[in-house]
Amino acid sequence: MDKPILDIKNLVVEYRTDDGVVQALNGLDLTIMPGETHGLVGETGAGKTTAGLGVLRLIASPPGVVVDGTIILDGKDVQQTTEKDMESMRGYDVSMIFQDPMTSLNPVMTVQDQIAEVYELHENISHDKAIELTHAMLELVGIPAERGNEFPHQFSGGMKQRVVIAIALAGNPKLLIADEPTTALDVTIQAQVLDMMKQLKKEYNMAMLMITHDLGIVADICDRVSVIYAGRIVEQGSLEDIFDRTRHPYTEGLFNSLPNLTDRQQKLKPIKGLMPDPSNLPSGCTFHPRCNYVMDICSKENPPRVYRGESHYAECHLYNEENIMKGGVIERD
Amino acid sequence: MNMKRKSPRKKGPIFEVARRLAKNKSAMIGLAIVILLIVVAVTAPLFYSYDEQIIKQNIGNRLQSPNAENLLGTDALGRDLLGRIIYGSRISLYVGFTTVAFAFVVGGTLGALGGYFGGIVDNIIMRFMDIFLAIPGTLFAITIAAALGSNIRNLILALAISSVPGFARILRSSVITVREVEYIEASRAIGASDARIILNHVIPNALAPVIVHTTLNVATIILTIAGLSFLGLGISAPTPEWGAMLSDGRTYLKTHFYMSLFPGVAIIMTILSLNLLGDGLRDALDPRLK
Amino acid sequence: MWKYIAKRLLYMIPVLLGVTLIVYIIMSVAPGDPAKAILGDQATPDAIEQLREELGLDDPLLVQYGRYVKGLVRGDLGISYKSKGPVIDEIIARVPTTLYLSLSATIIAVVIAIPLGILAAVKQNTFIDGLSMFIALIGISIPIFWLGLLLLVYFAQELRWFPASGASSWKHFVLPGIALGFHSMASIARITRSSMLEVIRQDYIRTARSKGMPYKQVITKHALPNALIPTITVTGLQIGALLAGSVLTESVFSLPGIGRLIINSIQGRDIPVVLGCILVFTLTFSIINLLVDILYAFVDPRIRAQYF
Repeated sequence: MDKPILDIKNLVVEYRTDDGVVQALNGLDLTIMPGETHGLVGETGAGKTTAGLGVLRLIASPPGVVVDGTIILDGKDVQQTTEKDMESMRGYDVSMIFQDPMTSLNPVMTVQDQIAEVYELHENISHDKAIELTHAMLELVGIPAERGNEFPHQFSGGMKQRVVIAIALAGNPKLLIADEPTTALDVTIQAQVLDMMKQLKKEYNMAMLMITHDLGIVADICDRVSVIYAGRIVEQGSLEDIFDRTRHPYTEGLFNSLPNLTDRQQKLKPIKGLMPDPSNLPSGCTFHPRCNYVMDICSKENPPRVYRGESHYAECHLYNEENIMKGGVIERD
Repeated sequence: MNMKRKSPRKKGPIFEVARRLAKNKSAMIGLAIVILLIVVAVTAPLFYSYDEQIIKQNIGNRLQSPNAENLLGTDALGRDLLGRIIYGSRISLYVGFTTVAFAFVVGGTLGALGGYFGGIVDNIIMRFMDIFLAIPGTLFAITIAAALGSNIRNLILALAISSVPGFARILRSSVITVREVEYIEASRAIGASDARIILNHVIPNALAPVIVHTTLNVATIILTIAGLSFLGLGISAPTPEWGAMLSDGRTYLKTHFYMSLFPGVAIIMTILSLNLLGDGLRDALDPRLK
Repeated sequence: MWKYIAKRLLYMIPVLLGVTLIVYIIMSVAPGDPAKAILGDQATPDAIEQLREELGLDDPLLVQYGRYVKGLVRGDLGISYKSKGPVIDEIIARVPTTLYLSLSATIIAVVIAIPLGILAAVKQNTFIDGLSMFIALIGISIPIFWLGLLLLVYFAQELRWFPASGASSWKHFVLPGIALGFHSMASIARITRSSMLEVIRQDYIRTARSKGMPYKQVITKHALPNALIPTITVTGLQIGALLAGSVLTESVFSLPGIGRLIINSIQGRDIPVVLGCILVFTLTFSIINLLVDILYAFVDPRIRAQYF
């Protein structure tokens, strides 16, 4: 079997501010194989972006502190790498598409210069040659090359996101982290950008970590899915496992919050309550105050990780080795 | 129905600002010095007789270096330097605060009106302000002092006029920002009058930058008066003013440097504490930065 | 671009007219008879009356002002009461001194302030940051004339490294330049730090780092150009403050510049000279503000798109 391109084990990250310690990640485990598209799904504030930034070692510090855990990226331990080696990996072995294209581009620099920088940093070529490659890249993401010497403010939101994607792809990375790449865009543009990403992913044959809260996007392009809640993976499995053999009550809640197109009379069943305050997480299973199946034990002990197969697990007190195979514990149809 | 509401947060926004300010050590030092200065200035007449000790010449005791009797020494006319510096704080703080109060009221009103009504009102006000902004403040004060004579009233007038555009600009831009906010539109939609909207919504929200500007502006004014007096265009003898005292000491720089040193220290302490306080206020009112 | 500059230059005309009108009115309500001032104490009433006639001092104020403005168009700022020569000549003779002083102060301020502000921001909350900002705080709190006196006593009179007065060589401008520039340096360093801090946490800085660019390069190539925009504003305003401060500095160091000319003319009630000096300072300040706005557009393409 191949070696994973990304292997995160027990990652714990805290943001320490004057107002308290925010537990952003609480022992996150995540493995991505070469060529795999992995969805990381959860609500805002669950620690999705922190996980992505952690891989690039770009968590703002202060206030962010990696307390525990390892991140192995393409065989190298990100925490132990020198800054210089890390720089040569960023944008080349791994790159990231950020959530908000409006603010992710430098307003006083032409877009082609911002893309060309990637070539200049990693490929030791002249500026002219880099611009040439940039123009090809612009065409690839659907922007006419001659618009390269314009500034970000002259571009629409969707165009800007294409530029951000071009920056991320320019280094031909082995792993692409896409942090809600379409959230800030109009719905029609979302579909275009997503289609383009699917296309490019196939062409470049890279692994991708798709960070999103949108299960539609997950269904569209992901091979495997991790559901994150309060900085921890609560359920992980193949796309089919998560969608058709849902085990965790939180995952169930995410699905039940979606409108049902075939039965529009059916009432939405949103998850009750709000994301817990990450500076003051509930004891035991962090989901227990919102859980429909809560038991006494849930607030007292951390839930065990129970496997349904080699690659599908849930962390929940409802399950043991036997009933996880059968399912039927939760009400999802 | 019981209309008594409990606010979801226990304490109001002013308390929140005060809490952040109290946590800022340098701002607290600044505040402490400012309060100390005000207390000293207000209580000065309890310790010194103005006519006997501050103004009256005592040639027999002239140019005494700091000693037990005169802690900071005496000046060329035999007057106690400490007493004069303490009395000097009365002048500086008085001129500083009066000037800023005047500029705040006039400039603030003009700016708020311009920002709120926009259009031609705004245009006329701001073009007029442009004229005053084009003259560096100190120069304008020098002109007025030169033409009308340098007494405290003229100085306050001159400095206030040159401070007006600053306040007008800040209030105007705050008001414009606030005006576009949705809750203003909401109150307009429910039929609130212009005056009511300005008083209840616009002014409170524009206050943060103004408070900071006010604090820092008092510092600027005090520095400017000292400069004018140093040039002989500000407050003149025998009134004890820091800049004038510093200038008096120039003749004795080589032998009695303390005569210029101590008034300078008094100025720096005052300006420094106001700046510390102003910076602290800005951070407390706008916690985004820091 | 040129259209914009022309528009701005045209707009300067009413502003400058407003300035002269205000200053002219203020100066003319000043007590004292200019004719008497020109002729001196021994002049006969007849002679004074004749000169008043010649100067048109009995005309209404606005007529006199109109005459003054007409002169301005021809570059005529009137006749000095004291020297009896054209005001413009007196001012031009003093421009170099004030120019050298302001230039040395600006250079000292900008060259120290911007690196200091960047360093403080990048090393936020460290000893270096604390020390830099403490120096800057002292800088904005210290009166120019007091710092000038300190420098004068220590470096000119005690150590004799620099001359204490005069303006005949570059050495004469070192101490005044420091005294005048220190305050501006402090202001510029503070704004550079705070705008740098604001810029460093922007998303595009993270984007630049995610490309694998070394942090130092991110700071100079991505952060600095963005942080410079507020810095340029403050620098422009500081040059206005420098002009006013030059009056104090020239007084402390006995430099024969425009600032000294103003003070001397005020003491001698030489109104045309005072008026002329204020006008020159105001004009300079306005032109600097225009340059600042053009510089903005140079740095920020969004502004460029808006105006040009």
